[in-house]
Amino acid sequence: MSAAYLVLPRLRHGAFAVWRRNVLVWRKLMVPSLLFNLGEPFLYLLGLGYGLGLFIGDTMQMPYLTFLASGILASSAMNTASFEAMYSVYTRMVPQRTYDAILATPLEVQDVLAGEALWAATKCVISGAGILLVAALLGGVHGWPALWVIPVLFVVGVAFACLGLIMSSMANGYDYFSYYMTLVVTPMFVLSGVFYPVSALPGVLQSIVQVLPLYHAVELVRPLVAGRVPDQIGLHLSVLVLYAVPAFLIAVRFARRRLVV
Amino acid sequence: MVDEAGSAPAAPVVSARGLIKRFDAREVVRGIDFAIPAGSCFGILGPNGAGKTTTLRMVLGQSPPSGGTLEVFGLPIPENGRAVRARIGLVPQMDNLDPDFTVAENLRIYGNYFGLPDAMLEQRIASLLAFVELSDRADTKITTLSGGMRRRLTIARSLINDPELVVLDEPTTGLDPQVRHMIWARLRDLRAQGKTLLLTTHYMEEAERLCDQLVVMDEGRVLERGATRDLIRRHVEPEVLEVRGDGDARRLLSGCSGRLETVGDTLYYYTDNARAAVARLESDPHVVFQHRPANLEDVFLKLTGRELRE
Repeated sequence: MSAAYLVLPRLRHGAFAVWRRNVLVWRKLMVPSLLFNLGEPFLYLLGLGYGLGLFIGDTMQMPYLTFLASGILASSAMNTASFEAMYSVYTRMVPQRTYDAILATPLEVQDVLAGEALWAATKCVISGAGILLVAALLGGVHGWPALWVIPVLFVVGVAFACLGLIMSSMANGYDYFSYYMTLVVTPMFVLSGVFYPVSALPGVLQSIVQVLPLYHAVELVRPLVAGRVPDQIGLHLSVLVLYAVPAFLIAVRFARRRLVV
Repeated sequence: MVDEAGSAPAAPVVSARGLIKRFDAREVVRGIDFAIPAGSCFGILGPNGAGKTTTLRMVLGQSPPSGGTLEVFGLPIPENGRAVRARIGLVPQMDNLDPDFTVAENLRIYGNYFGLPDAMLEQRIASLLAFVELSDRADTKITTLSGGMRRRLTIARSLINDPELVVLDEPTTGLDPQVRHMIWARLRDLRAQGKTLLLTTHYMEEAERLCDQLVVMDEGRVLERGATRDLIRRHVEPEVLEVRGDGDARRLLSGCSGRLETVGDTLYYYTDNARAAVARLESDPHVVFQHRPANLEDVFLKLTGRELRE
């Protein structure tokens, strides 16, 4: 790895131009996109939060609806960012040749990918705000400080977007992403404390889960939704950043190999 | 530097020396030199696979050279890719318009990448759409445009940053004659505005109509270079007889002093004065022939050989 890749990514104007492009596309497809982003979490909250919550009662000193809503907030950020950074980015990178056109302007590969990561995180914030609203209407959110969830979801979105960007930069087709979804995203969704406390898992599994980014996302979001201050904020944020930065640099390296030859 | 007339000679817009590009072991550009004078139209002519597109990608800083030096606007490439691309417009060989947007939106989004202020952008979009005769299509989706319209929009897009150098990779390949002529007229307009044009083509007619100077490339090397007229004069006799039909043309021409070549089912007869040969061919009613001045195609075929390339 040459030294150029070790320099921390710098946000330039070009990244925001890519971000703006995606915002404009999203605005055209806003309604179906929002329905897709909100529909599933809404059903989970309604069905599982109310239905299952009746049997479970309080979990970690909070109503199950609150427990579940916070897990869904974090995991939907993971899903939204992963989906955007893989399927949508790959479409623009390979079949649609959008990046070929962009790379004839002053932008470079790192600007394009930075813009994509920013956009994926923005999408997480949009859908997260919707889920938060739904959860609040169902009575699962405890106080205004829960709004801190919004910036947290942005960071969570950036981290998962950067991981997804590695996949799209390496992929030779859409099938590739099924592996990542099945082998990485789904296990994290099931194991990282979205539906039940991680303490319920066997000890070995618990230690593994604690290095996964979704676990740290849940640890930040859950107390905020319940109206408390999270423990070890610095640690959780650092883990997310430690996923995001190297993943971004690796993604840029692979994407350059594909686009700048 | 000042020449004897007291004016500074214009520095070339692009200058390449010993430029090489390798993909693994395969060398696709093999040490080429060229300099493009400011305000001229410069052509790179060559068959498919000659290294034309790769050369353009290097000029844009989209492909790091494997050897040699390359300067654009006097700045070394690829180190100054960003700065150089801000002053270049590109019309790529394959359309890559943004399918998620309309005609006008495509120009707006592209202008954003150059960081152009919105008010300036709106003005430019209106005048560029008029320039390529797409004003009435501003709100049309890209996916419903014809091939010719897409190419015209791509040309408009390449001008959004008011570039000093416009790079066109086979700008009229696959277009119908009306659109080709319209695009040629627009490119002459651009040259008249003082822009420098760099284009690749394998259409001789296009090179002859547009280019002040050109290089003929084949298999990664420059075979020949110069002003278009000079190239023709240097390599082929001024008059050509192209003979088809099943008459006995070869026998009729055997007594004449010119040069005979066969390509497929066509006989080419090159000469300084075709009068005698024409008289002989006209004596056989089964011979079908055309008498024309020599053109770039004759030079090209002579330089790159007669066999078909894929």
